[in-house]
Amino acid sequence: MVVVVLGAPGTILRSVMRSKMTALLQQPGYEEERLQRVAEKLPCRDVQAGLLLSLMGQPQQYSFPSIFIYGHRASGKSHVLQVLLKELELPHATVSCVECVSVVLLFEQVLLSFFGCDAASLLPRSPSLSDFVRVYRQQCSQSPAKQTRYIVMEKAELLRDTDANLLPALLRLQELVEDNVTVILLSEIVWDKFRPNTGCFEPLLLHFPDYSKGELQQILSQDRHPSYSAEFYSSYINILLGVFYSVCRDLRELRHLAALNFSKFCEPLAEGKVKDTDTHKLWRNIEPHLKKAMQTVYLREVSSLQWEQMQQMEEKETGTVRGLSAHTHVELPYYSKFLLIAAYLASYNPARTDKRFFVKHHGKIKKTNFLKKNEKTSNHLLGPKPFPLDRLLAIFYSVVDSRVAPTASIFSQISSLVTLQLLTKVSQGDLLDAPKFKCAVSLDFICAISRTVNFEILKYLYDFL
Amino acid sequence: MSKRKVGAAHMPVGECITQVQEILRQRFCRQRVPDRPGGVEAQHKHLLGLLKRTAVHGESNSVLIVGPRGAGKTMLLKCVLRDLMEEKEVQKNLLQVHLNGLLQTDDRIALKEITRQLSLENVVGDKVFGSFSENLVFLLEALKKGDRSSSRPVLFVLDEFDLFAHHKNQTLLYNLFDVSQSAQTPIAVVGLTCRLDVLELLEKRVKSRFSHRQIHLLSSLTFPQYLERVQTQLSLPDDFPDENFAQNWNSSIKAVCEDKSVRDVLQRHFNSSKDHRTMNMLLMLCLSRVSVSKPTIKPADVLEASRMCFSDAKANMLHGLSILELCLIIAMKHLNDIYEGEPFNLQMVHNEFKKFLHRKSSSMYNFEQPVIMKAFEHLQQLELIRPVDGSSAKTQREYQLMRLMLDHSQIMEALQKYPQCPTDVKQWAMSAFG
Repeated sequence: MVVVVLGAPGTILRSVMRSKMTALLQQPGYEEERLQRVAEKLPCRDVQAGLLLSLMGQPQQYSFPSIFIYGHRASGKSHVLQVLLKELELPHATVSCVECVSVVLLFEQVLLSFFGCDAASLLPRSPSLSDFVRVYRQQCSQSPAKQTRYIVMEKAELLRDTDANLLPALLRLQELVEDNVTVILLSEIVWDKFRPNTGCFEPLLLHFPDYSKGELQQILSQDRHPSYSAEFYSSYINILLGVFYSVCRDLRELRHLAALNFSKFCEPLAEGKVKDTDTHKLWRNIEPHLKKAMQTVYLREVSSLQWEQMQQMEEKETGTVRGLSAHTHVELPYYSKFLLIAAYLASYNPARTDKRFFVKHHGKIKKTNFLKKNEKTSNHLLGPKPFPLDRLLAIFYSVVDSRVAPTASIFSQISSLVTLQLLTKVSQGDLLDAPKFKCAVSLDFICAISRTVNFEILKYLYDFL
Repeated sequence: MSKRKVGAAHMPVGECITQVQEILRQRFCRQRVPDRPGGVEAQHKHLLGLLKRTAVHGESNSVLIVGPRGAGKTMLLKCVLRDLMEEKEVQKNLLQVHLNGLLQTDDRIALKEITRQLSLENVVGDKVFGSFSENLVFLLEALKKGDRSSSRPVLFVLDEFDLFAHHKNQTLLYNLFDVSQSAQTPIAVVGLTCRLDVLELLEKRVKSRFSHRQIHLLSSLTFPQYLERVQTQLSLPDDFPDENFAQNWNSSIKAVCEDKSVRDVLQRHFNSSKDHRTMNMLLMLCLSRVSVSKPTIKPADVLEASRMCFSDAKANMLHGLSILELCLIIAMKHLNDIYEGEPFNLQMVHNEFKKFLHRKSSSMYNFEQPVIMKAFEHLQQLELIRPVDGSSAKTQREYQLMRLMLDHSQIMEALQKYPQCPTDVKQWAMSAFG
């Protein structure tokens, strides 16, 4: 356990960082005070902010026509830009490409933030890029830029799905509108995946690296409630990172998890069982809880509200809290269950083995012959194979206990299984008499189903012999 | 911080730096037109002569400027236009229409734009046109009415010319070339494109009306010329306010360009691409490192800037993956090695990962299937893996076939840089077989 160390060294580190930060964020043309404020708002992103600021230059100077910033989710791309542009009061327009279902919204937003609402209303009803550039140039000649204007496009990967010429045009917007404007694209996908067929103006590429573990710890520790000591909270964060760091490095997600589970962490403290310095006991208390959170909250199988309710429930009765992943809730008719089992067997067993599994007196089949293990990969790796209806029914009759007549009800149950998407129909023309199916359920699911009808499915699966 | 003022020509360092930034940024970011076209004198002369004949003698022409991106097509045209406009007669005579294939995406928009740029809106304004063709006819009438002696010549510049060829029936191109072929209003059509096969895109009737004059801008730059261009791009002009500073700056730039390591770096850039834009990007990154406290460009700056330019984006992204996602990538790499690039699905990857865990018999990375699924989907979101076309939504997610979009060397490079990478994971990646 590595819980004990942090706290005091962290604070020293922070003060060192702060003095370094102010040294880095220096750029003539901006007020010292503002830069200071920017630096304080951007913990652990000082290098990136400094680089960006030096690329932007002084407010009136030209900047590179387009800048492409990439980095993982929650690595501070938007945050750094927003803080820089807002605190330094530079003219900018921020557009999230998720919101822009049509390009009209994009154009309007840009014109609105640069020239006010009169300009936005100048656009015709369904404006083309040409109209946008025309209006922009017209407005710009009335109020020429004294400072570089910035257009920030968040989630720029969505621009690829719009008109093919939007992205290339945005990249060389400065040239097209002849204004001091810089387009900044933010994305978590690398630039190579953006480049159109015939090429385009290449933007300047900037990478925002992910936060290191220490930096995550530092940032998360800032969320502390004032009623708890810094050491106590940072030891909690340390435990949290110990569980989740190997799976998830998304700051936002970690923050969410930290907020949800903190009350549980404090519980023994409130009951007076443990002192707040006894990190080992606190760890013992919270660790299984966090593991459970990984299986539920992290996967979004329960909402945070449900999770909180579950926590309260647990206090009253220590019943087993299950995630919704347990598919045991699916209720099916008796024969449907067998149909599904039969379908699963037909999907995952090779047809030549049916004789061995389902014929009572199948004569002598040598085991070595039967188990051809030179087949490299098992069927559970390759996925389900399609099978004809005849085979499904044949297996069905031999696995079900009683004698069943092939009535319409059986056939309708098959088609309702298809509607439930437990079976999928493999479309090969319109073969009415010999349709083919595939089973679309997982092993866990089928095991749960067969348990309810006392059928040991593993004995009948070729892969598990 | 500031030097003492000695003469009128001396400015404090801070102001000098501001000036330097201003001048050089104009060059790198604004694509300011240089005083003389470097390396393309012949093409410049050719084009200038051609346009002059239109502007002065009323001779119609059409020409295509073809060259790769960043080869200086727009720069050449701007240079020519500037020189052309210096003549008084041309200045009051020539009309210009600038169209861009990116903006004018169909002929209707293009027509509107032409009307606007020729300031014929008031003429068109009170007329009601039934259709596109009527509008075109009117404009053409206006163009056709003239003859060589009396009407003003019009210059049409079509940027991204290849995109105009995708317009329906190529009506605009057909009509423009048709006018340029016959003795009507003198027009010159200048197309700029980066596609060498652009003539193949034209319909037969359009192609036959085009003059087949092409100006190629295929850079024949040698490395010494490239070096020289870097130096001139970074140097300050003679009319810089502070002479002393300018001299120091220029000599320091010269020293940088002669530095051995810088030459190696520039050679590498030269080998990968010699266009203006990539060079400007590199120089811009160097320039951004100049500040009051560090008022010159040092070789180290060039090296750092080049490192930024050449850094592998995908390897950078791999650096930020969680250890679980990295393990999945390694498993995929092994699958690729074993099955020689055949696509794989999640189950196979998971199986490969489990084999590794069995061998290690540690429970550290025992994750449930859904957690692994989430990691897998994250990789897909980052487009590091990609579903094979044709395996449709009908298959279950864990059996959907995928391909890895990463190179062997990229993975290895990322592993080297990965912070606190466990040794066993590293060894697993190195080992020949999963």
